[in-house]
Amino acid sequence: MLLIHCPYCNETLPEVEFAYAGEAHIARPVNPSEVSDADWEAFLFLRDNVKGPHYERWRHLHGCGRFFNAVRDTVSDKFLTTYEAGAPRPDLASLTERLK
Amino acid sequence: MTRFNAFNLLRHALTGHKKWTEQWPDSQPKAEYDVIIVGAGGHGLGAAYYLAKQHGITNIAVIDKGWLGGGNTGRNTTIIRSNYLYDESARLFDHSVDLWQGLSQELNYNVMYSNRGCLMLAHTVHDVQSFKRHVHSNRLNGVDNRWLTPEECKEYCPPINISKTSRYPVMGGALQERAGTARHDAVAWGYARGAAARGVDIIQNCAVTAIRRGPNGSVIGVDTDKGFIKAKKVAVSASGHNSVVMATAGVRLPLESMPLQALVSEPIKPVFPCVVMSNAVHAYCSQSDKGELVIGSGTDQYVSYSQRGGLPLIEHTIAAISEVFPIFNRMRMLRKWGGITDNTPDRSPIIGKTPVPNLYVNCGWGTGGFKATPGSAHVFAWTIAKDEPHPINAPFTLERFRTGRLIDEAAAAAVAH
Repeated sequence: MLLIHCPYCNETLPEVEFAYAGEAHIARPVNPSEVSDADWEAFLFLRDNVKGPHYERWRHLHGCGRFFNAVRDTVSDKFLTTYEAGAPRPDLASLTERLK
Repeated sequence: MTRFNAFNLLRHALTGHKKWTEQWPDSQPKAEYDVIIVGAGGHGLGAAYYLAKQHGITNIAVIDKGWLGGGNTGRNTTIIRSNYLYDESARLFDHSVDLWQGLSQELNYNVMYSNRGCLMLAHTVHDVQSFKRHVHSNRLNGVDNRWLTPEECKEYCPPINISKTSRYPVMGGALQERAGTARHDAVAWGYARGAAARGVDIIQNCAVTAIRRGPNGSVIGVDTDKGFIKAKKVAVSASGHNSVVMATAGVRLPLESMPLQALVSEPIKPVFPCVVMSNAVHAYCSQSDKGELVIGSGTDQYVSYSQRGGLPLIEHTIAAISEVFPIFNRMRMLRKWGGITDNTPDRSPIIGKTPVPNLYVNCGWGTGGFKATPGSAHVFAWTIAKDEPHPINAPFTLERFRTGRLIDEAAAAAVAH
């Protein structure tokens, strides 16, 4: 079972309290009517599906109920960090350094 | 290739079965191929087989990072059915079920296809309405499927609990009698043997590290552990790793790779005559010829390449099995494993051309690719040979995520399938 740190509750809790919510840092287009079909496709459907450190969203469903972001290695399933929604992407190099 | 028949069996019996030749050679890559297929699972090997047999293209290499049939072909729960809601899916999956009927004869290899029937249980009024809609839709498409009352379900599969007082009572079921199971490894082996006999090179333990494109953008070959191999066409059929392989050619796919787990019980005497699926409590079950119950359910919720998966999902699966089949609730499970499934947003596959000339992809089979192996391989081979889709896979394009013409089996089934 994954143990996930909620950055709002500041607690590390079992995965069953959380809901996965897909790749992180995908911003909804500001002017939907001006967006091309190709860009809609990228926004709605295309995903990096990374094998390695993956930026992703989680929701603390059975806790505070809030969304937050995480970086998790999709090979080992190990979390590198979690951080509040809206915060910038953490620097990958310093995170993966910590893994070694 | 020595044909398997009674005469050869008898002949080899005289020498103690010590003189059978190998079923396929352990090939080393040549410098150039007409077609390179990335991924030696059932879909990839099958495509090579049909390319060689039906399209006369034999200068083919099927390349795999591991051993053939060692990915999802050898990790699934072997369920075969075609009771999908939409016309496009019904045609694709029923094409496959058609090919399953004669596959052992076609390949001269016993794939142990057993059309023991697949029963999908309804536990809520919504389930009943939705499954009846499936039954009607299937019958309009000429796909076998019929409705059973709870008593008829019990008669067809005695271990089912149809008590009205259970938490999720069985309110009926949709039965596809043509559905069933097959021996998954044998499918890969049979296609490998058939393809190799027609001159296809099967190159194992050789990872494709990148797809290389020429100055005009079209594919020129692949980089592998054993060096660069030139190819006129490259076809990717790499299951959970399709995104990773296709990214090297600069193609982003609408896929998310997630672990799907399965487990088997200790072997018991024959007690379970068919395949039973329950979407509402979410588990599916059949009994192998060895006597083990083969059990599965849905994917883990997160992207992962770990081929492992989490225990909460196993607990959920076992809870569902114990709910529907209380007879099994004291059974011990022997082992569990995971495979990485590549899931599309509409839970329908993508089989066809890509924006890159001479690069083809067969992906997005998610949690239900095994049943489609022969049909998928057949239409994929057609697509590669003719550089245009077969009418059956024409709707399953990559472009549908741009045009919005989805084939939304995700919404139709309400679960991954």
